[in-house]
Amino acid sequence: MSALSSPKLVCPAGSLPALRAAVDAGADAVYVGFRDATNARNFAGLNFGDTQLREGLAYVRRHGRELLVAINTYAQGGQTRQWQRAVDAAAELGADAVIIADVGLLDYAHRVHPQLRLHLSVQGSATNPAAIRLAHECFGIRRAVLPRVLTLAQVQQVIAQTEVEIEVFGFGSLCVMVEGRCILSSYATGASPNTAGVCSPASAVRWHDVNGHTEARLSGVLIDRYAPGDPAGYPTLCKGRFEVAGDTYYALEEPTSLNTLAILPELIRAGVAAIKVEGRQRSPAYVAGVTATLRAALDAAARPGYSVKRSWDTALANVSEGHQQTLGAYSRPWR
Amino acid sequence: MKLTLGPLLYYWPRATTLAFYEAVAEWPIDEVYLGEAVCGRRHELRIADWLALAAMLAEAGKTPVLASQALIESAGDMALARRLVDSGCITEAGDLGAVQLAREAGVAFVAGAQLNIYNGATLDWMVRAGAIRWLPPLELGRDAIAAVLAEATLPIETEVFGHGRLPLAYSARCFTARHHSLNKDGCEFVCLQHPDGLVLGTQDETPFLRINGIQTQSAACHALWTHLEGLAGLGVSHVRISPQAHHTAEIVAAYAARLRGETVEPDWPHWNPEGLVDGYWRGTAGIADPQGQAA
Repeated sequence: MSALSSPKLVCPAGSLPALRAAVDAGADAVYVGFRDATNARNFAGLNFGDTQLREGLAYVRRHGRELLVAINTYAQGGQTRQWQRAVDAAAELGADAVIIADVGLLDYAHRVHPQLRLHLSVQGSATNPAAIRLAHECFGIRRAVLPRVLTLAQVQQVIAQTEVEIEVFGFGSLCVMVEGRCILSSYATGASPNTAGVCSPASAVRWHDVNGHTEARLSGVLIDRYAPGDPAGYPTLCKGRFEVAGDTYYALEEPTSLNTLAILPELIRAGVAAIKVEGRQRSPAYVAGVTATLRAALDAAARPGYSVKRSWDTALANVSEGHQQTLGAYSRPWR
Repeated sequence: MKLTLGPLLYYWPRATTLAFYEAVAEWPIDEVYLGEAVCGRRHELRIADWLALAAMLAEAGKTPVLASQALIESAGDMALARRLVDSGCITEAGDLGAVQLAREAGVAFVAGAQLNIYNGATLDWMVRAGAIRWLPPLELGRDAIAAVLAEATLPIETEVFGHGRLPLAYSARCFTARHHSLNKDGCEFVCLQHPDGLVLGTQDETPFLRINGIQTQSAACHALWTHLEGLAGLGVSHVRISPQAHHTAEIVAAYAARLRGETVEPDWPHWNPEGLVDGYWRGTAGIADPQGQAA
């Protein structure tokens, strides 16, 4: 068996300070989005204008790292040109790769910018070798980001059956639903990741104090209710407490973060090309801390005798949703 | 305008399912989608059973369409999708992997609502890949569908999800098993206990969603009943009714009569006591009801 190369560490940046933080902390690649609906973290005050993007690219280049541009929402009917222009802009900028979900947009990028390296976004929802084969054959994608729904064994099977590089999520918020195939957010609020680049948008959130309890509502829908002293989390729709047949519990998913530190050696042995950190909406301090931890862990995991250091766990636990972490779908019992 | 019956999204006992489709053979419906579209663990009917039902319905004058799973992840899921494509029936591709299998086999397919066709360029690509019909993503309404069709350059049939609980999300996790404190791998097939899924309510006792194995649906029933007149002008050729445990026959009969131009008095409070919503169609939150109320 030939020596396996260590996966690239791909980190998020929603701003120039976050980009610098990721590079300084050891990211091999940083992914960013334009300041509009073409990216799946379309939040106020986030993302990159032209000037910042050029500055960011220069910083990344100076340190020998890569810049990836996420154009990972779906082009909306009648506005397809806007998404195509985003691809043109990324190509002109000289981005190292563009991360795309939309089939029509992949087709455009492949035809118009044949030299541009394409990654299939997690929002493209490719969960099996045939779907990745389609994107490889038809659009020449070089890498696919897998949705956070596959077990470790399934990740291994996908890698064994494709020539395309495989990127998986290593740390960050956990989608319990298959990315690209969830419209819960628009059912409650009218805006979803696929249409607007947002999930459970902040503009739809309302907090109320009712009889000493705090209620979190999303467009009027009660997502969770907290007793006095309970820590209240952001009311992401799938992470609320609901009532099913008389039981009130986290019926879909607990507020928790994905953490793969414990299985990094397995992911490396499986042959994943890149490990992704979620969170372009996070602060530069968050990006710095998580990137540094993942960097240290990845470097250690490439050597024999790996074990998760307590200091890494502490660092990641402090920034996890509800201070909880899970291996998610990588571990069968979660399912 | 043709009326279609969508795939059965719930898990019913074998005898119930077979009896249901025996009845469907007599219904005023043009096309029937068959097969297990939600979970690879459900096997009260095997592929041979679905193919036999397809033959029976074809005999009765219906066009059968075999639906693939909406989430293909295991090798078993993949093998099943391949058998559908090789069956000689038209298939509904609910997953990009199923599109690839249809492309490789050179067979026509229906592009399912989970394929994320949000613009004309993507729709044209699907036509070139072999799609003969598409379902818009369920969150797209009248104006958004019109915008996609205006942008597309190649002809294709358009089918809309007309009446039923909306499939909103898919997961690797089984929420029905989780409710019963079971793992997915040892689920004991508890979906059989919930022929209409399990309603998930908010803590202020408002029905919100519906758990159906790895699928999450709306608790309420999405209905285009009040919008039927505008569909043909939009370019819609097929309207889908999604099966439910009770009253599907009455609902199909009502829609069929309306489409024939007859006046019908539907009994919605009895047929869909969970309430009707149509927000998505009007370009707003899917949960909004025809009176424009948010929930």
